[in-house]
Amino acid sequence: MSRMPATPAVELPTRLPVLSGAGWSAFIVALIAVCAVAPLLNLAIPPDSLFHMSDYAVALLGKIMCFAICALAMDLIWGYTGILSLGHGLFFALGGYVMGMYLMRQIGRDGNYKSDLPDFMVFLDWKELPWHWTFSDSFIATLFLIVLVPGLVAFVFGFFAFRSRIKGVYFSIITQALTFAAMLLFFRNETGFGGNNGFTDFKRILGIAVATPSMRMTLFVLTGLTLLGFFLFSKWLVGSKFGRVLLAIRDAETRVMFSGYNPLGYKLTIWTLSAVMCGVAGALYVPQVGIINPGEMSPANSIEIAIWAAVGGRGTLIGPIVGAFIVNGAKSWLTVTAPEFWLYFLGALFIAVTLFLPNGVVGLVRKLTAGRKP
Amino acid sequence: MSIGETEARIEALNKAIATADDKTADFLQALSQDVVKFSGDKVFVVRDGKGSDPVTGVEVPVPEDAEDVINNNMMRGEIETAQAGLKLFSKDLRQRREGIKVLQGESDETKLPLIEKALAAETDEKLKAQLELIRSAVLLGSSDKSKRLAAAAALARSGQASTKTLLIERLQVESDPEVKVALSATLRTVENALAWGDKLGAAFSGISLGSILLLVALGLAITYGLMGVINMAHGELMMIGAYATYVVQGVFQRYLPDAFDWYLLAAVPVAFLASALMGAALERSVIRFLYGRPLETLLATWGISLILMQLVRTVFGAQNVGVENPSWMSGGWQVMGNLSLPYNRLVIVGFAAVVLLSAAFLIGHTRLGLFVRGVTQNRPIASCMGVNTARIDTYAFALGSGIAGLAGCALSQVGNVGPDLGQSYIVDAFMVVVLGGVGQLAGTVYAALGLGVLNKFLEGWTGAVLAKIAVLVFIIIFIQKRPQGIFAVKGRSAEA
Repeated sequence: MSRMPATPAVELPTRLPVLSGAGWSAFIVALIAVCAVAPLLNLAIPPDSLFHMSDYAVALLGKIMCFAICALAMDLIWGYTGILSLGHGLFFALGGYVMGMYLMRQIGRDGNYKSDLPDFMVFLDWKELPWHWTFSDSFIATLFLIVLVPGLVAFVFGFFAFRSRIKGVYFSIITQALTFAAMLLFFRNETGFGGNNGFTDFKRILGIAVATPSMRMTLFVLTGLTLLGFFLFSKWLVGSKFGRVLLAIRDAETRVMFSGYNPLGYKLTIWTLSAVMCGVAGALYVPQVGIINPGEMSPANSIEIAIWAAVGGRGTLIGPIVGAFIVNGAKSWLTVTAPEFWLYFLGALFIAVTLFLPNGVVGLVRKLTAGRKP
Repeated sequence: MSIGETEARIEALNKAIATADDKTADFLQALSQDVVKFSGDKVFVVRDGKGSDPVTGVEVPVPEDAEDVINNNMMRGEIETAQAGLKLFSKDLRQRREGIKVLQGESDETKLPLIEKALAAETDEKLKAQLELIRSAVLLGSSDKSKRLAAAAALARSGQASTKTLLIERLQVESDPEVKVALSATLRTVENALAWGDKLGAAFSGISLGSILLLVALGLAITYGLMGVINMAHGELMMIGAYATYVVQGVFQRYLPDAFDWYLLAAVPVAFLASALMGAALERSVIRFLYGRPLETLLATWGISLILMQLVRTVFGAQNVGVENPSWMSGGWQVMGNLSLPYNRLVIVGFAAVVLLSAAFLIGHTRLGLFVRGVTQNRPIASCMGVNTARIDTYAFALGSGIAGLAGCALSQVGNVGPDLGQSYIVDAFMVVVLGGVGQLAGTVYAALGLGVLNKFLEGWTGAVLAKIAVLVFIIIFIQKRPQGIFAVKGRSAEA
C-alpha cells in the first residue's frame, strides 16, 4: 500500500521590510532635501549668497528627476522582468502631450491670434477643436488621462505582444517600431498635435503663471515627491510575492510556466505600470521644460532611458535613479563645455557599461564594499 | 512684328513662321533675348553694340532715340512656341523632338497650318505619331463636327496625362451629343492606359525600394539571423560604405578625371572592404565579449553607432556630402507616356540581385559558409570538429558588415550621404529581418520585396508617412500571428 508522500516542509521566505533602518533614514533625508531644503535655498536665500540654488539648477534637477522616474520604470520592466523596452519614450511623450494639451488650453486668448483655439490650429485654419481635445480644458480630466492614455496604449500593445509570447530582442525591436510609428504620426499636422513644433509657449497652469519662481519650485517639489513615492512603491512591489514571480520570469520564464503560473498577467501588469510611471514623468516634465514635440518619441530617446538604468545598475531600485543623475548631469555639463564630445562619451558609456559594469555603478560600489567587509 | 499691340504682333508672328526661313529663326532668337530695338517703323537687332537690319542682315547704325521692344508674358509665350514650331523643320532629329515637346504643352488653332506642314515633312515614324496627336488635340476645338469626331478617336492612342485634362475640359464645353460620346470613350481608354502606367510605376518603385531594403537587411540577416547579434551599428556600417564611395569619387576626380564615369566600379570593393574591416575590428574588440547576451549587444552596438556617427561628423563635417551619379546612370528608360524607369534604380535592382546571389553562394556552397552554418547550429560540436569558432565569428561578422558597406555604396547613388544615413534605415532593416524570420536568407528576400511593394502601393493611396505607419502597424500585427517570422525554423525548443 502506497503512502501519500509527506508534504515537504517548505520554508517560505519571510517578508523583508520595505526599507531597512538606514534606508528609511536616507529616504527621509531625501524627502527633507526635496521638500524643505531646495525651496529654502532657491527662494529664501538671496541670489548673491554662496548657498543660493540658482533657477537653472532647479530646472535641471527637476528635469533629471523626471528622467529618474523613467529610469525607475524602465528598471521595473527590464531589470526585474527581463523585458527590454525600446519604446518607453512613447509613454513619456504621451503623458507629456496630455499635459501639453491642457497647458495649451490654459493659454486661452493670450496666444498670437487671440483665439480660443491654440495658435497652431488657427494657423491651420481649423474652426473647432478635434475630438481628442474634448477633455483638455479640465485639469481633473487631464490628471486621469495622464494615467489612462499611456496605460491604455501599453495595455493593448502589451496584451497582444505578451499573449503571442513575443520576447527578448523581438519585443525590443517591435517597441522601437511602435515609438517610431507614433513619432511619424505626431509629426503630421492633421493629427492635431501641433506637428513638428509640438506644444510650447505655455502661460499658466490652474490659472497660475508657469514661469514664476514659486510655481517652478512647486513643480520641482511635486516631481521630487512623485519620484520618492514611486521609489517606495516599487520597493514594496518587488519585495512582494508579485515581485518574486517577476524575478522568476526574468530568470526562467519557461520554468515559471511549467510551474503553473501564467506569465501574461504578471508581465502585462508590470508593463502597464511601468508605462504609466513614464507617462506621469512626462506630464511633470512638460510644464518644467515648457515644450513637448514628437522628437521625444524618437527611438534614440527611448534607448537612452535604458542606458540610464544600465549605468546605475539594473535589478536595484536606487541604481536607475543614480544612473539618470550621472548620465544627465554629464550630458548637461558636456553639451555646454564640449558639445562634440558628448556623443563620444555617451557611446563609450554604452560600451563600457555593457562590457565592464553589467551591474552598473551600484553593483560596483556593492562589490567594493563587500570586498572590504569579509 | 515688333511694333504695335500684342494681338497684332502675335498674328504677324504666326504669319511669319508659316513662311519661315533661317532669318526668321535668328530674329525670334533676338526677340526672346531682348536685343531688338525700334525707332519709328524701323527695327534693329543690337548685338555687341552694333545694329543690324533683321531682314537683310546688313549692319546699319542705330539711331539715338531707338527704344527697346518690350515683350509681355503673353508675347513671350508665343515667341517660345514659335521657336519650337521652327524647330520642327530642323534637320536634327533631337531638335525636332524638343520642338514637339514644347508644342505638346501649348497649341491652339493658330498653330494648325504649321503642324500640318511639319507633319507632311516629317519622316521619323515616332515623331510623326506624336505630331498627329498634337494635331488631333488642336482639332478637338475645331468648328467642324466630323473633324472633332476624328480627332477624338485619334487621341485614344495617347498615353499622356495632359491628354486626359484636355479631354475633360473639352467634355465640359462640348455641346454635340455624338462628339460627347466619342470624347468620353476616348477618355476611358486614355484613363486606362494612364492607370496601367501608374500601377506599373508603383510596382517598379516598390521593387526598387524592396531591393534597397534587401541590400540593407541582407547584412543584418547574416549578423543577426545567423549569429544572433543585434547590431544597431549596422546603419553606421552602411554610412561608412557610402562615405567610402564619396572618398573614391574624390580620388577619381583628382587623379583620374578621364575615368570618372567608372569610379563606382572601384568604389564597390572599397566600400565592402572599409565596412568589413570596421566590422571585424568591432567584433574583435567589443561584440565577441557579448555573445549570448543579445540585449547587452544591442546597447553596446548602439553606443558604437553613436561614436561612428560623431566620428564621421568630425572628419567629414555634419553636412551631407555630394556623391554624383556617373553619366551612364543618369537618365531613364521611357516605357510609357507616364512611366519612366530611372537607370540608377534599375542598376540598384540588378546590384541587389548580384549581391544576394553571391551571399547565398557564399553561405550555401563554400567552406566558409559551411563553417558559419555549423557554428550557427551547434557551436560546441563545431568547435569539437576543429572549427575555430572565434575566427568564424569574425569572418561572418565582417561579411555582414561588408554587405552593409555595399548597401551604403548603392544608397549613395539614390539618396543623401550624411552622418544620419544609417539611422533612417535601421528601423526598416530590423523590420525586414524580423518579418522574414531569423536565420533565413529567403525570408529576408520575400520580406524586403513584399514590404517595398506594399509600402509603395499604400503610398499611392495615403501618402508617404501614413503608408509607413500602416506598414509598421502591419508588421506589429503580423508578428502577433507569427512571432518567428514568415519562415520560422521548425524546432522543438520550448524557448522558441
